[in-house]
Amino acid sequence: MKFRATYAGAAAAALSLGLGLTACGGSSGSGGSSKEAVCKLPDKGPTVKVGVKFDQPGLGLKDGDKYTGFDVDIARCVAGELGYSKVDFVQSPSPQREKMLQAGTVKMIVATYSITDKRLKEVGFAGPYFVAGQSLLVSKDSKIDSVKGLAGKKVCSVTGSTSVDNLKKEQPNLVPQKYDTYSACAEALASGSIDAMTTDDTILAGYANQSQYKDKFKLVGGTFSEENYGIGLKKGAADCQKVADAIKKTVDNGNWQKALDNNLGSDYKYNSESNPPKTPTCQA
Amino acid sequence: MSSLFSDYHIWTALWATVRLTIYSAIGSLVLGTIVATLRLSPIGILRFVGTSYVNIFRNTPLTLIILSCSFVLYIQLGITLANSSDPKFADVNGFRLAVVGMTVYHATYVCEALRSGFNTIPLGQAEAARSIGLTFGQTMREVILPQAFRGAVVPLGNTLIALTKNTTVAVTIGVYELSAVLKTVTERDPGLLNLSFLVVGVIFVILTLPMGVAIGRLGNRVAVKR
Repeated sequence: MKFRATYAGAAAAALSLGLGLTACGGSSGSGGSSKEAVCKLPDKGPTVKVGVKFDQPGLGLKDGDKYTGFDVDIARCVAGELGYSKVDFVQSPSPQREKMLQAGTVKMIVATYSITDKRLKEVGFAGPYFVAGQSLLVSKDSKIDSVKGLAGKKVCSVTGSTSVDNLKKEQPNLVPQKYDTYSACAEALASGSIDAMTTDDTILAGYANQSQYKDKFKLVGGTFSEENYGIGLKKGAADCQKVADAIKKTVDNGNWQKALDNNLGSDYKYNSESNPPKTPTCQA
Repeated sequence: MSSLFSDYHIWTALWATVRLTIYSAIGSLVLGTIVATLRLSPIGILRFVGTSYVNIFRNTPLTLIILSCSFVLYIQLGITLANSSDPKFADVNGFRLAVVGMTVYHATYVCEALRSGFNTIPLGQAEAARSIGLTFGQTMREVILPQAFRGAVVPLGNTLIALTKNTTVAVTIGVYELSAVLKTVTERDPGLLNLSFLVVGVIFVILTLPMGVAIGRLGNRVAVKR
């Protein structure tokens, strides 16, 4: 009998501990800035499928059944301008983006998708809707303030990106560290075991603005490259120009700025010379 | 096709995959043999250590092991496996950490393959060896292990093939092996995507198919006929 009582006690303790943990997880997840959708969709109209990232905080993130991020908001605004009443978000991982557009799985892809010559051979683009640039993310109290200050420092980036190679041209003495996801870099940076992380400033700002990293990171060194984020479309898509016009409208009516502030933080200093993009065009 | 080879360093990546396979195979053969010996030892605590090792590492995902090699060993504990003044420090260090992770993981499979080899040996042989006065070490070295390896050739070969394909996990800590080529092509040159997957797939078949044939033949040749 005594045995049984002990077991019951242990089980109860374990259960309450488990509940406590889940409760904590829930509250930290819902923290952060207001994530209301910026644009309202019209009441009547067709549905459109849009490819976004599901794992890029601040840009395209699936949180339960909600989608948040700058890319997500831009997608909603553009869809609204085009007359769609509902947006179905579909995950578009990097290896599948071109195939998804070519096969018509999605109509558009808004997923930190830079316009490059090689990609233009496969798909069309409307944009840019944002001009990102490579930058550095360091911890709040770090003394690093430029690329030159990276001598002997561990700099994290992901396999396949050219970011670290670009930096090495400026500062050959840095120690590159590559992982396969930006989250791994952010985690290592938060624990203080690496000194900096580098990629597009939008992605960096997205991590800096995440609730668990709030006030731990800062962006330094300005931006030193140009990544023109475009909305990916099927090659030769007939309404490419309309999409470009919709981007222009989104910028002009202030929704662009709202989407940016809501998702990447109002203290995020983007390249204000090239942003907001003045003339989004169609390159199909 | 040619730009795939010239721009994305497929040969370098292939060489990294091959080296990763060879070093990890040797490492896990050595470590696996030690663990198998522990599991068969007459001393209870050693058996417990061997069994725990296998149960812990065999049941941990390889990605997690490889990632913790970089995160825990290198980044948290500051253990480096290369000369830090070497200009290629990051690459060499990452590669060696990946070898450590692959070795630790596959040693458990080698251990279990060897144990299956042990089980082909009639118990009477170990008893006979002890009764003529051989110690545990001598019994293992002279009687059990030589036969166990011969009986375990085919399961060891399976482990080697699995290990070859598992090297693709090393990309998680930035080792430039074959799957890193795919990641790079994906990011920079979507036009070559299908071709690169095809090429890398064919390379893996070329690596593993002869392994399977050779192992089958070797297994037949060295089998202990009873």
